[in-house]
Amino acid sequence: MDQIRHKVAIVGAAETDDLGNLPGMSRLALHAQSARNALDDAGLKLSDVDGLLCAGAIPNEVAEYLGIQPRYIDGTSVGGCSFMIHVRHAVAAIMAGYCDVALITHGESGRSGVDMGRGGSRQSPGAQYEAPFAIGGAPTTFSIPVLRHFHQYGTTKEHLAHIAAATRAWANLNPMAMMGSHRRSPDRGGGPITPEDVLNSRMICYPFNLLDCCVVADGGGALVLVSEERARDFAKPPVYVLGAGEANAHWMVSQMRDHTTADAYRISGEAAYKSAGLGPQDIEHCMFYDAFTFTPLMAAEDLGFVPKGEGGPFFAETTTGPDGETIYKSGPGGAFPMNTNGGGLSYCHTGMYGMFAIIESVRQLRGECGERQVEGISTSMAHGPGGMFASAGTLILGNE
Amino acid sequence: MADYTGALPQPTPESQPYWDGLKEHKLVLPYCPPCSAFHFYPRPFCPKPDCFNWEIEWRETSGKGKVHTYVISHLPIPPMQDAAPYVIAVVELDEGPRLMSNLIVDDPYDGKDLREHGSHWVDAPVEIVFDDVTDEVTLPKFRLV
Repeated sequence: MDQIRHKVAIVGAAETDDLGNLPGMSRLALHAQSARNALDDAGLKLSDVDGLLCAGAIPNEVAEYLGIQPRYIDGTSVGGCSFMIHVRHAVAAIMAGYCDVALITHGESGRSGVDMGRGGSRQSPGAQYEAPFAIGGAPTTFSIPVLRHFHQYGTTKEHLAHIAAATRAWANLNPMAMMGSHRRSPDRGGGPITPEDVLNSRMICYPFNLLDCCVVADGGGALVLVSEERARDFAKPPVYVLGAGEANAHWMVSQMRDHTTADAYRISGEAAYKSAGLGPQDIEHCMFYDAFTFTPLMAAEDLGFVPKGEGGPFFAETTTGPDGETIYKSGPGGAFPMNTNGGGLSYCHTGMYGMFAIIESVRQLRGECGERQVEGISTSMAHGPGGMFASAGTLILGNE
Repeated sequence: MADYTGALPQPTPESQPYWDGLKEHKLVLPYCPPCSAFHFYPRPFCPKPDCFNWEIEWRETSGKGKVHTYVISHLPIPPMQDAAPYVIAVVELDEGPRLMSNLIVDDPYDGKDLREHGSHWVDAPVEIVFDDVTDEVTLPKFRLV
């Protein structure tokens, strides 16, 4: 399994020019603009691309829209972790010689809904066995496992609220973060929050208050990958894929085998660790997809950073800084730096956020993060679910 | 009932006996004789990978179980747009399978505020209520025993 370690590198990573409310851009234009920005970041031309991987659009659409004819395509679209899985597939494709320059694109008009037609079969299992019970999207389904975890392990809403406050503290250091201090606006709010603010925010779907939920945004992101040999010639330092995993465990959240453990996380994580020859003790920075506060807690447990059931108290631990400020476990200055871009909770969440988690891992490993830079790291994990803990993709990235 | 606003399921040939059973106010599920086990949701085979038997039977279940996990939705999702908050629950039947449903209860928080409520209804015993939402469709819902 370890033959993939250090063979392929990410040499380009970028979002769209802006994130948030972009009613002037369609889903496909978001794919294209992020592709341009990632290719610029790599110093490559669109004509260099011969492998295309995307989700939220099929490769046929994106290839035609961009005007390219790739010789390798992958349209794996299993939700927010699709892009972690694309990186894994691009590594294999580049190693096999199926393509030399792999472009991975994401774009969703998640807020404005430009070219986002949805619907689907009324005869699907989801339509027959979940939708009739007044299910209203992710807040009513991603929340389903949480109270079983509360019941079994004593996890509380206060524990979860600390994750939201810690993540907002990172957002306040990121000029691109929608809810950060830089972009704070009277109608949108933003800026620092406390766990108490989370508990006092509007109830959406118990156990999730508004500030337990991610933002809803338009945006896109893209990555460019080449072989390790070729990566040496680029202006910016390459970020190597050290290990990768993927898995699928179920589809409907009601059918999750054990609502307190994400099987897909476990299977995907084990594959990533095995291929990298590393364990959780070797990971210095984590990007754990946070559609809701509970989502990264499950990752910390199922990827071995904290024993099962102890995630709540782990994230709720705080210390006091030199100026009397609260330092959260996963926040700036904390012992477990996580979601340093401000996360889906406070930076951006288009619907399939995983792309943005990977971009932040790349930037942290390149040392490009300014105020929010975690100093001296050589490894980062980007991990996410697809659907409601249904699928998973895990990447272990490194800069050495 | 003609103006029911909720999402309505549309059966496939493989799930028709399940929906027909509900219409007769029976919770009928597929049963695998070699495994002595019911499964949900209905498939024309036993979804245990080491079995994968296609000779399944349809059998009536007790309609009793307990709340495995749940949420309290405050969102105005049809048909509950005027009835929020309401409980969406995963019920574990006494026969083993789990299914998504609604827990019909007067006060979803049972008089407790959000800091006290915790996981109040988890493991509460429940029984099925057949909700005839249209002339064609009956949904399986649950109430406390």
